[in-house]
Amino acid sequence: MQQKRITNLWVALILCIGSIIMLAPFVWTISTSLKDQRNVFEIPPKWIPDPATFKNYVTAWNDSPLLSGFMNSMIIVVFVLVIGIFVSTMAAYAFAKIEFPFKDAIFLSLLGTMMIPFSVVMIPQFIGFSSINWTDTLLPLIVPGLFGNIVVIFFLRQYLAGGLPNELVEAAKLDGSGFFRTFWTIALPVAKPAIAAQAALSFMGIWNDFMGPLIYLSSPQKQTIQVLIASMQSQYMGSSNYPVILAASIISMVPVILVFFFCQRYFIESMAISGLKG
Amino acid sequence: MRKSKPSYIRKEYAWAYLFVAAPVLGFLIFGVAPLLYSAWLSFTSWDLVTPPEFVGFDNYIEVFHDEKVYKSLFNTVFMMLGIPIGMIVALLLAIMMNRPLKGISFLRTIYYLPVISPIIAVSLLWQWILNQDFGLLNQTMWSWFGIEGPNWLGDANWIKPSMILMGVWGGVGGTMVLYLAGLQSISSSYYEAAEVDGASAFQKLRLITIPLLTNIHFFVIVMGVIGAFQSFSQIYVLAGDGGPEYSAATVVFYIFENAFKYFNMGYASSVAWVLGIIIFIVTLLQFRLSKKWVYND
Repeated sequence: MQQKRITNLWVALILCIGSIIMLAPFVWTISTSLKDQRNVFEIPPKWIPDPATFKNYVTAWNDSPLLSGFMNSMIIVVFVLVIGIFVSTMAAYAFAKIEFPFKDAIFLSLLGTMMIPFSVVMIPQFIGFSSINWTDTLLPLIVPGLFGNIVVIFFLRQYLAGGLPNELVEAAKLDGSGFFRTFWTIALPVAKPAIAAQAALSFMGIWNDFMGPLIYLSSPQKQTIQVLIASMQSQYMGSSNYPVILAASIISMVPVILVFFFCQRYFIESMAISGLKG
Repeated sequence: MRKSKPSYIRKEYAWAYLFVAAPVLGFLIFGVAPLLYSAWLSFTSWDLVTPPEFVGFDNYIEVFHDEKVYKSLFNTVFMMLGIPIGMIVALLLAIMMNRPLKGISFLRTIYYLPVISPIIAVSLLWQWILNQDFGLLNQTMWSWFGIEGPNWLGDANWIKPSMILMGVWGGVGGTMVLYLAGLQSISSSYYEAAEVDGASAFQKLRLITIPLLTNIHFFVIVMGVIGAFQSFSQIYVLAGDGGPEYSAATVVFYIFENAFKYFNMGYASSVAWVLGIIIFIVTLLQFRLSKKWVYND
């Protein structure tokens, strides 16, 4: 018993040192973002900014359309999450609980899309969207997401197949519940935790997405937050103004960190589950 | 059996098809159609201004003679060294985290934080840390150990290790969570039996833990390789021109440059197809090989 406690103590110590390494870059970033530009290049580095100032955040916020970047990212997230996940849940329910001809073939071909690397389809997608004048709008980033996402469908299908008893579906049918109503009143509530998990994960994915927005959006007012801070880089790194660019990166992290803290349980669980069964 | 189905079944079919219609349409419009279009494009020369010109296999022949293709492919594969490094660190962390310690979920959150952070923000943060003269890393090395650090991002030999370092830091939390889930599914009876036989901690790790996690090793490797083949964003931020001597450019970065900087849509498509085929073959090979080493119970 004694030995076990000593081991635990060592383990805790190692994990704490590790967590310092994991956190240090974040803390250092926050510290830099609060520094006066003159004090940024101090040697040796100071962890506690003196004087501390929030003016870099103000500069970052005022000098570039960060607010519109926020709004653009938000618009994409809301549409894709609400409609995309609803559509995915409908498909997942059909794949999990209904028998229909060619079901497996359809499901497998959808799974096949996961094999297609984005780099292969991005060029034709770009050409297609630009031919209907959708470039420099949010539409190319929203519309494909409205058709559902196969990873979400796969996850929800697994969940419904195991979590929703057939008897329940049959009973609802016998009670005269229509197809859509059965889905709405029986399947949807059962799938709620899984939907929450997928919504949280999708939020991250969309918020952090960079390549798609980079390809489609050119004018600063249309850009998402990620493209915006990446383009601020050339402006501020050139003048070695690290504090402003780091302040902007921290601003861009706030929503994901908030979502993460509120949905943490769902995240880590669904990461683990989709990892193991995917 | 050729009799027509009762009407309520046909009605149910109709509903089911309606329910799966959206993803199927999405698959056709945003998957199959671009795929076919891209295949055709790869046999053309097109700058988006003058009409596309069919050039047969010229692009593909050029791909095989293009030094930058080999270079970016080499860079991409080299940076996959981060996968085994990340796996070892993540497994050790997961084993330690699997103990009933106080505040363990808080620690887990800390390690997981980089995984959820936007890759652009993370790249910018590392750009500052890896700064040659004023960066935290070189400064710390100098003041603690008197070591003069390299020019991480400005030296062709160091930029790839920099990317690996950043990648391991950023990804280890995700892998750790997977291993943690795997560890919790290993029955404690194996360890008890081994203890009776007098196995050492290292033997238990080598003979029980590592083999029983093969399905997770496999998942991490397959996803890691696919992800590494597609890496782009961190290169775009940290080495906007491909790095010194093009030593950081990945294949996707090269495709991006060709398509959206030089508007060589045809050539970019053929490089993309070569990459797609490489990913397909490597993944297929991994699944084949997995039969030799992955246990499934």
